[in-house]
Amino acid sequence: MSAVVATAPTLPSTTERTPRMRLARDTWLIFKRSLILTIRQPVWIIFGMMVPVLYLVLFGPLLEGAVSAAGTGTNAFNWFVPGLIVQIAIFGTAFGGFGLIAEMRAGVVERMRVTPISRSAMLLGRSLRDVVILMAQATVMILLAIPFGLDVDLAGVLGVLGLLLLIGLSVAPLSYAGALILKSEDAFAPLINAIALPLLLLSGILLPMTFAPDWLEFLSSINPLTHAVDAARALFNGDYGNPDIALGVAICSVLAVFAVWVGSRAFSRSVA
Amino acid sequence: MTNPTPIRSTMIDTADLRRTFKTRKSTVEAVAGVDLHVGAGEIFGFLGPNGAGKTTTLRMLATLITPTSGEATIAGADLRRQPGLVRQRIGYVPQGGSTDPTETGRGELVIQGRLYGLNAAEAKARAAEVLKKLDLEAAANRSTVTYSGGMRRRLDVGLGIVHRPQVLFLDEPTTGLDPQARARMWDEIKDLREHGTTVFLTTHYLEEADALTDRIAIIDHGKIVAEGTPDQLKQKVAGDVVTIGVNGSGSAVLALVEPMAFVREASYDEESGLVRLYVDQGETAVPHLLRSLDSAGYAPSSISLNKPSLDDVFLRQTGRSLREEAA
Repeated sequence: MSAVVATAPTLPSTTERTPRMRLARDTWLIFKRSLILTIRQPVWIIFGMMVPVLYLVLFGPLLEGAVSAAGTGTNAFNWFVPGLIVQIAIFGTAFGGFGLIAEMRAGVVERMRVTPISRSAMLLGRSLRDVVILMAQATVMILLAIPFGLDVDLAGVLGVLGLLLLIGLSVAPLSYAGALILKSEDAFAPLINAIALPLLLLSGILLPMTFAPDWLEFLSSINPLTHAVDAARALFNGDYGNPDIALGVAICSVLAVFAVWVGSRAFSRSVA
Repeated sequence: MTNPTPIRSTMIDTADLRRTFKTRKSTVEAVAGVDLHVGAGEIFGFLGPNGAGKTTTLRMLATLITPTSGEATIAGADLRRQPGLVRQRIGYVPQGGSTDPTETGRGELVIQGRLYGLNAAEAKARAAEVLKKLDLEAAANRSTVTYSGGMRRRLDVGLGIVHRPQVLFLDEPTTGLDPQARARMWDEIKDLREHGTTVFLTTHYLEEADALTDRIAIIDHGKIVAEGTPDQLKQKVAGDVVTIGVNGSGSAVLALVEPMAFVREASYDEESGLVRLYVDQGETAVPHLLRSLDSAGYAPSSISLNKPSLDDVFLRQTGRSLREEAA
């Protein structure tokens, strides 16, 4: 080593930044790193889309009769695709914890915990990475669905992408909190399946909930995802005055704030 | 801060540092009141059997675990009240590695520098400097999954020093390395000290502590049981070590030699069949011992005289051999 080392300042200028600037900067750094590393392994992004695409192609056409029978007043794909997008959102982001467990095992999380970066940034950077991937997957899904008969305008698509931001921020932080607590895939996988699958079935993405018996319809109505799906459907139909949109956005916003709080706490908790 | 490192005599200063863990059934005091004082520019070795509280102490000092009680100041920052400042001033190299297998060595160093507050250009320049210093330039743009164990360990150290910390914590820096890679790591650590970094390391290898460290503390059952320079600790063992192979008549031999004036301490290890004596002036004690054994009718199978090693210190302080621990 040379004299460069001896004369250079020991402390970088970080201490001069305001906490809010630091949070934004640190979140951006973690976001960029996570996104780049994820894109280097695109197989997972494609894999995450396979099931919804199969549903679109092999199940969607069956729905045309059912959807009109349920009296939803829309074409089957405008009804079905929002549900599939929410499905990608749930499964894609809920499984984000697996990636974090791998990072923990490699020692990367601990290494970052020893740096002075904001604990919330460790959560937000990764969650926003999930949101961006989610938006890309949703866009591909929408483009694939148009030949089948999906009929949307740009405003509707942008509205749904905005909704996905909220859904992603509701689910990803909770997934990361679960991963940080459980620390192993063996415990994490059953937990995620036990939570995600009932939530998804209850959100009425496969068949209209108007077919459901009262108790099932009630369970569905207290599932936040149901309202997210309803909001997405209204947006796709260009029905911008529909109160479902405001309700869905409000519920997802509250959930996102709660999830980010829980996730940030999990990252800042001292670990044994 | 434009001024280089402020001059401080003490880099790590702890007072009655404690950490308890609650399990379902009981409360375990992993660290039971540790006082450490490490001076600026020292290489300080922290030794102890597995489960003695070594790693818990290290992780507390590195801000990863909050102490249950006690105080600590690290590089002038208060561990409890200013953990952010502590993080800015220290580097920590964990035992199990710290790199993403899909990222390149250069990529890891650049992001690490950025996380410590360097701007993009500074982080890039510093990464190049560290890669050069640790001889990782040829592999800089390969993902770390392709690295050998020694290369990955050097990169871990590089990640710990990218921001030029005042104190560097190394958790078993050479465990699992071949002798060549280990020697190389020792040189790197010495070089860090040459440039003013205080190094706090844990190790399983006594020759490592002996060759590398300025001072040592031994921890057992959550408490410091011995502290000093390697030479001071060896002197504390009091005299030389005589080992006698006794062919099963261990307790009788022990009874014979224990009362002798020059024997400070004696013990018999049944498993190895060895009687171990700490004696004053081994050179004169050995002939005397041989005569006594002979006239009492015992024929020792072997006898050896050694200067005390750190292992003797460890054995005496903890009742366990560090070599067994390492195996």
